[in-house]
Amino acid sequence: MPTPIRESLADLKPGGRAVIVALHDEIERDDRRRLLELGLFPGTAIEAVFDSPLGDPMAYRVRDMTVALRRSQARHIEVRRES
Amino acid sequence: MSPEARAARIQDDRARGVDAACDACRLCQGSQLWGLKLDEHDYVVALAGCPNVGKSTVFNALTGMRQHTGNWPGKTVARAEGSFIHDDMRYCLVDLPGAYTLITPQAEEQIAYDSLVYGRADVTVLVVDAGQLERNMSFVLQVLEVNDPVVICLNLIDEATRQGVSVDAVELERLLGVPVVPTAARYGRGMAELTDAIHAVASGARSTKPYRFTESSGKLDASLTRVAARIEADYPGVPAPRWLGLRLLDRNAPLTEAVRQGDLRELQPQVVATTDRAPNVIPLAPAADRETLGERLVDWISAEARQYPGFYTDVLGALHGQASCIAAQVTQRTAQRWDLGATVDRLVTSRWFGFPLMLALLTVVFWLTITGANVPSAMLASLLLESIHPALKSFAGAIGMPWWLSGLLFDGIYLSTAWVVSVMLPPMAIFFPLFTLLEDLGYLARVAFNLDALFRRVGAHGKQAMSMSMGFGCNAAGVIATRIIDSPRERLIAIITNNFALCNGRWPTQILVASIFIGALAPPALAGLAAAGAVVGVALLGIMLTFIVSLVLSRTTLKGASSTFSLELPPYRRPRILATLYTSLIDRTVFVLWRAIVFAAPAGAAIWLSANVTIAGSSVAQHLIALLDPVGIVIGLNGVILLAYVLAIPANEVVIPTILMLTVLTGGNAGIEAGAGVIFELDSEGTIAEILIGCGGWTLLTAVNLMLFSLIHNPCSTTIYTIYKETGSAKWTTVATLLPTILGLATTLLVAQIWYLFG
Repeated sequence: MPTPIRESLADLKPGGRAVIVALHDEIERDDRRRLLELGLFPGTAIEAVFDSPLGDPMAYRVRDMTVALRRSQARHIEVRRES
Repeated sequence: MSPEARAARIQDDRARGVDAACDACRLCQGSQLWGLKLDEHDYVVALAGCPNVGKSTVFNALTGMRQHTGNWPGKTVARAEGSFIHDDMRYCLVDLPGAYTLITPQAEEQIAYDSLVYGRADVTVLVVDAGQLERNMSFVLQVLEVNDPVVICLNLIDEATRQGVSVDAVELERLLGVPVVPTAARYGRGMAELTDAIHAVASGARSTKPYRFTESSGKLDASLTRVAARIEADYPGVPAPRWLGLRLLDRNAPLTEAVRQGDLRELQPQVVATTDRAPNVIPLAPAADRETLGERLVDWISAEARQYPGFYTDVLGALHGQASCIAAQVTQRTAQRWDLGATVDRLVTSRWFGFPLMLALLTVVFWLTITGANVPSAMLASLLLESIHPALKSFAGAIGMPWWLSGLLFDGIYLSTAWVVSVMLPPMAIFFPLFTLLEDLGYLARVAFNLDALFRRVGAHGKQAMSMSMGFGCNAAGVIATRIIDSPRERLIAIITNNFALCNGRWPTQILVASIFIGALAPPALAGLAAAGAVVGVALLGIMLTFIVSLVLSRTTLKGASSTFSLELPPYRRPRILATLYTSLIDRTVFVLWRAIVFAAPAGAAIWLSANVTIAGSSVAQHLIALLDPVGIVIGLNGVILLAYVLAIPANEVVIPTILMLTVLTGGNAGIEAGAGVIFELDSEGTIAEILIGCGGWTLLTAVNLMLFSLIHNPCSTTIYTIYKETGSAKWTTVATLLPTILGLATTLLVAQIWYLFG
């Protein structure tokens, strides 16, 4: 059963900031581990910075680095938007 | 370890014949794993770090400029080695591939992992980017967990300062317990301090007490301590037992299996230097015992792991939490005025400018290559062909060399080689540095970012844009570059389609034919631009074919889910112009040129022989051309071109010289009478045009179809061999070879038939 997500990384527009809440199981185990070890860990602040000419992927700023993620992945990363 | 102890160890190893035993044990040879000759060096220094921290620049600054700097993950595919001398001690420096993690290493990270955990370097120099400390800190903490003798090279201090970031190196050193040396390696700043620190740690004058992030959390620490103690009891002297324990508790499948099979025993050092003076030799247990030992350990650890379900989360929480904390403690940020990189990023990835900018850059690169290469090409040709060749011939005449020998040597081998050099060297010497500059600047990663959506739609991986870009240089290199793609399915697609990236060996053909036939269609002032436009058009067609063939493959034989895509976009770096010129000349130009010469020389001999060995009144070449001509005409080419492509399978570079030689030979041009099979003086495009049009009967159709066929045909033999090495499959190698060939024949056939219909 798909995990219900209130707000995901894919909902962020360029300039939008949030804090990572969880990486859901829809992301395959190996990819999830990769992202987690890269630093996309729950509690980490993340900001969408710019998207590609065709809208997908989007580049995110997290832990002093810029990482590009496809929408299909970002959808399964739950975030809590900063007020 | 002191030099004396190392010498003693080497002596001891030799006495016990360890050289032979080393094949079986992965560890004794931390250094043999690296193929190093220990007795030529006093100390081994490993250079580690995340991708894009200026690691290779540090390497070059320490050893002199001998290695290329890559600006994206996966560039240092193999290890680079160099050496330097400090205080009369000889240091061997090993540059490891960039890595993000030692917990679940992937692809070439495994090389870094093996070297760091099992490699037993005397010192590990850990390069970090001062401007991106938080990103680097997680990896730093992991390395400090597995290595004691570490020196941290706080690099890119200059860029950090420019970005308004300052790092308190003294405080960082205090927190981490190892020497921290601020450097700006591209200007050589801090390198003396770095070598001093390396020396101090290597010689034992300075002891280190690395920070261990796993010790900060009580539960994690207790669990790891327990497991490490158990591992050490079973396998005394095993390196980094805590880290092995961590990965076993994390249920790392390959490692667990290795332990179960008893391989962990083989990972431990044969010789453990308990003190510098008394090496302690531990004998190997019999194989059967090893397996039971391994089984028992695995079972025991599984039980531990079951009692600690949140283990992985705890490890990462401790790791990233402390990394952020330490980075924040030592970093000071002054308010950013204006972030140039961010502005550039928004521009080069923008909806309106992203793609046009890519296209414009590609055109500029080609245009610079085409126009810039003209003059030096003519100069080289005049020297090698007009001055040296006659001199060689008259020398042969003077010493009474038989005609066939001087023909084979000077008209065959020498001339084809000289031709390749004069045609290939100038464009390569311009293109490769330009390409490397774009690469080092960080632009190519943005190209991958821009193109990912297209690759995703055709079921391929975004990183294929990178292997494709590399393919513009050399397809064999492009095929190797596909290693950065993890999914086997997507990697195979990238390998099979890499040949559609127009490689360096094929541009001289494209450029020459475009200059003569397409450039002539435009007014003289625009001829250069028209020719460059045509070459870019062919390159774009290649990119389109890459997408189309990828799509077909991913919908048919290579079906499967698109894997995910995460790509780090490195910060823009000001390229080091001179260093880039030097290294791309050495690394790429000379390499590709050497390969071309190696293949051109025998090809020249084959051409000369085929033109001079006669059967039934005509030469072998004439027979073959007559045979191929009907096929050639149908597809808008001719027999000469097809034969040239057969002779040129080893290297695309010799296609044009071969075509010219064969054209003259069969066309019977009275004006150019240098003897059968001579590749004559080709001092200007005018002469070549005369030969092709006057003698070979070329039309615009021949030119267009040659450009098409040059793009779409089998990969060269080096690339075919590389594909076989990388895929290990005869089947996929055959597909990768035949698919473009058939496609090329079909395309030229179609174009020719339409042309004939309307022409």
